[in-house]
Amino acid sequence: MSKTPEGSGGGAPVVKPPAYRDPRVRAIAFQVLTVVVLVWFFWMIFQNTLHNMESRGITTGFGFLDRAAGFGILMSLIPYDETMTYGRTFIVGLLNTLMVSILGIILATILGFLLGIARLSKNWLIAKIALVYVETLRNIPLLLQIFFWYIAVLRSLPSPKQSLGIGTSAFLNNRGLYIPAPVTESGFGVVLLVLAAAIVGVWFMARWAKARQMATGQPFPTFLAGLGIIIGAPLLTFLVLGVPMSLDYPALKGFNFIGGTRIIPELMALLTALTMYTATFIAEIVRSGIQAVSHGQTEAANSLGLKTGTTLRLIVIPQAMRVIIPPLTSQYLNLTKNSSLATAIGYPDLVSVFMGTTLNQTGQAVEIVAMTMAVYLAISLIISGLMNWYNKSMALKER
Amino acid sequence: MNKMIAALAGVAAAGIFATGSAQAAETLDAVKGRGELVCGVSTGLPGFSVPDDKGAWTGIDVDTCRAVAAAVLGDANKVKFVPLTAKERFTALQSGEIDMLSRNTTWTATRDTSLGLNFAGVNYYDGQGFMVMKSLGVKSAKELSGASVCIQSGTTTELNLADYFRLNGMEYSSVVFDTSDQTIQGFEAGRCDMLTSDQSQLYSLRTKLPDPSAAMVLPEVISKEPLGPVVRQGDDEWFNIVKWSLFAMVNAEEFGITSANVDEMKDSKDPNVGRLLGTQDELGPQMGLDKEWAYNIVKQVGNYSEMFERTVGMGSPLEIARGLNALWSNGGIMYAPPAR
Ligand SMILES: N[C@@H](CCC(=O)N[C@@H](CS)C(=O)NCC(=O)O)C(=O)O
Repeated sequence: MSKTPEGSGGGAPVVKPPAYRDPRVRAIAFQVLTVVVLVWFFWMIFQNTLHNMESRGITTGFGFLDRAAGFGILMSLIPYDETMTYGRTFIVGLLNTLMVSILGIILATILGFLLGIARLSKNWLIAKIALVYVETLRNIPLLLQIFFWYIAVLRSLPSPKQSLGIGTSAFLNNRGLYIPAPVTESGFGVVLLVLAAAIVGVWFMARWAKARQMATGQPFPTFLAGLGIIIGAPLLTFLVLGVPMSLDYPALKGFNFIGGTRIIPELMALLTALTMYTATFIAEIVRSGIQAVSHGQTEAANSLGLKTGTTLRLIVIPQAMRVIIPPLTSQYLNLTKNSSLATAIGYPDLVSVFMGTTLNQTGQAVEIVAMTMAVYLAISLIISGLMNWYNKSMALKER
Repeated sequence: MNKMIAALAGVAAAGIFATGSAQAAETLDAVKGRGELVCGVSTGLPGFSVPDDKGAWTGIDVDTCRAVAAAVLGDANKVKFVPLTAKERFTALQSGEIDMLSRNTTWTATRDTSLGLNFAGVNYYDGQGFMVMKSLGVKSAKELSGASVCIQSGTTTELNLADYFRLNGMEYSSVVFDTSDQTIQGFEAGRCDMLTSDQSQLYSLRTKLPDPSAAMVLPEVISKEPLGPVVRQGDDEWFNIVKWSLFAMVNAEEFGITSANVDEMKDSKDPNVGRLLGTQDELGPQMGLDKEWAYNIVKQVGNYSEMFERTVGMGSPLEIARGLNALWSNGGIMYAPPAR
C-alpha cells in the first residue's frame, strides 16, 4: 500500500480504483455488514425467545409497565404510592441506585484521596493508621461490611419513643435520622438565580486570574474569593429577601416520626460500607499514582521555593492524575455495581425494587432482567465516557 | 441474584432452543432416568422446609416432595432439595432446574395463569397475619397505622399488606428483605414495629428469635393463602402424579391408613382401601407409576395427619392446631376427590 504504484511517478494520471476495490470503502462496508448481522441475530434470538415463552404459557411483552404496582416502597426521590404503575417503580428504583452510587463515588473519592496521601505521610503514626485501615477493610467482603453496619447501627440505636435528640429538631432512632425539611417559599427562586450567576461569575474570574498570572506572575486567591462569592452572594440575597424558607419539623406521632426529612438506616449503612470499602482501593491507586511521579519533580519545585501544599497541588497531583484516572474509573464502576448488594438489607435500589418485587409480582423475568442489565450497562458506559473525557483533558499536551 | 441470573439464562435458553410446544411426559422420564427427584424448597422455614446441621431436610413441604419420590421411585429418600428464595422460585421451575416446587407458595390467579405453571393442590391452608413485640402494647392490627413493617421480597404478602392498609386508611412503610433470615433479623434489631407473613410462617419465624415469648401473633388474618406444590404447565402426566400423591395422603387419613398399619390394611375388605393400596385396582399404571405407589407413600412418609402433626402440628415446636387443615369430615376443608 505504501509503495507508489509503478508508473504513477512520471505525472501519469492517477486512476482512482472502483469503489468496491477501495480498501477504505471495503473496510467500512464490512463493518456495517457485521453490525447489521449481529443486530439481526440478537433480534431473532429475542423474538424467538418471546415467541417460545408465549407458547409455553408464559406471558411476555412490556404491557406490565402500565399496570398498577400495588406495593409500597420505603424511600423514593419522586412522589410514589402503591396506586402508581410498575413503570414508575422502575424510575424510583433507578433514582435510588443513582443516588447511592453518586454519593458513594463522591465520598469514596474524598476519603480515598485523603488515605492515599496519608499513606505517604512522613508522620509515622498517620502513615501506619492509613496502612492498617486500607489493609483491613479491603480484605473483608463487602457484603459482610454492609451487614455489619446495618445490624451494628440498628442495634445500638434506640426505638422511636426513646429517640436521641440532636438539638431540639433532629432525632436519631432505629428508623433513621430525622431532620427538619426545608420548605421553600416564594422568592426562593431569586436566591437560586443569584447562586447560578455567582457560579458563572466565579468561572470568569478564575479565567481572568489565570491569564493575569500567566502574563504577570502575580497570583490571585481564586479559591477563597470564589468560595466567598458562591456562598456569600446567595446568602445575602436570602437574608435581604427576608428568609423565604420555612422548616418542617419532625414530630413523634404514633409509632414513628412524621414530617421532616428522613435518612433511612439502610441508606446510611449501605453508603458507609460502600464508601469505606471502595476508599481503600482508591487510596492505593492514589498512592501509586503519586509515587509514579519522579522525585526530581518535587525537588525541582522545592528548589523554586514552592510550598509543600502548592507542590502537591500544582506539580505532583496533575501528573499523578494521568496514572490515577484509568484505574479510578473501574473503581467507580465497581461501586455502582456493588450498590446492588442493597437488596440484602432492604435498601430499595433498582435490583431490590424492580428486579425483586416487580419481577415477582409480574413474573416477567426476561423483560425485567433485560431492562435492569441495560440500565447498569448504560450507567457504566456513561461513567467510562465521562472519565475518558476527563482523562483526555488531563493527558500530557504534546506541543 | 447469581442463581437468579443462571436460572434466567436457563429460561432464555429453553426459550431459544425449544421447538415451541411443551413436551409431554418429559419430567417423569427425566426423574426416573436420574433416579432422583429435584425439589425446590425454602432457604429455611422451620416446619415447612428446613435443613438440620447434617443437611437433612424436614418439614411439611419437604414431606410433600418425599411423597412424590416414594410414588415415582419407590424410595422417599431419593430427593435432592434445592433451597430457593421467594424471588428465585418460579424462574427455577420454569427453567427446568427443579422438577417441582414445594415452597409454601400461595396459589393465585396470576401465578397459575401467566407463569406457565400449574398448582397441583393445597398442602396447607394459610392466611396472612402480623407479629409484633409484646412490649409494643398493641392488641390489634387496626392500631398499627404509621408502623414500619418488615417483609420478604417477592411474596403475596407484600401486595396484601398494601391492600389492607389502604382499605383501612392507614399509613405504613415497608422494609423489604431477600430471605426470611434477614427479615427476622431486621425485626429483631428493632427496625420494624411488626413483621408480616403467612400466619404459620410467623409461628415458624418466631422460633428463630432468641426469646420467642417476647413476640406475639395478632388475631387478624387478612388474606387467603392456599399453599401447595407447583409444576410446569404442559406436562399433564407429571401434573397428575404430583396432584394425586398429595390426594393419596389425604385419602389415606380419611380411610384410617397410617404408616404403622399400612401392611395390615393391604388385606382390608374395604374396596376404597384396596383401590388406593393397589390390591384391588391399578390406579398406579394409569399414571405411569407402579401399583404400589400409594402404599409406598403411606409406608414411607405417612398419611396427611401424620405429616402435619410431625412437622407443624402438636408434635412439633410450632404446635399449630389443624383448624382449616382438618379433614372435611372433621370440620376442616382438607378434601381429596375419590381414589377410583
Ligand atoms: N405464601 C407467600 C409467602 C411465601 C414466603 O416466601 N414466605 C417467607 C416467610 S417471611 C418464607 O417462606 N421465607 C423463607 C425463605 O426465604 O426461604 C407466597 O407464596 O408469596
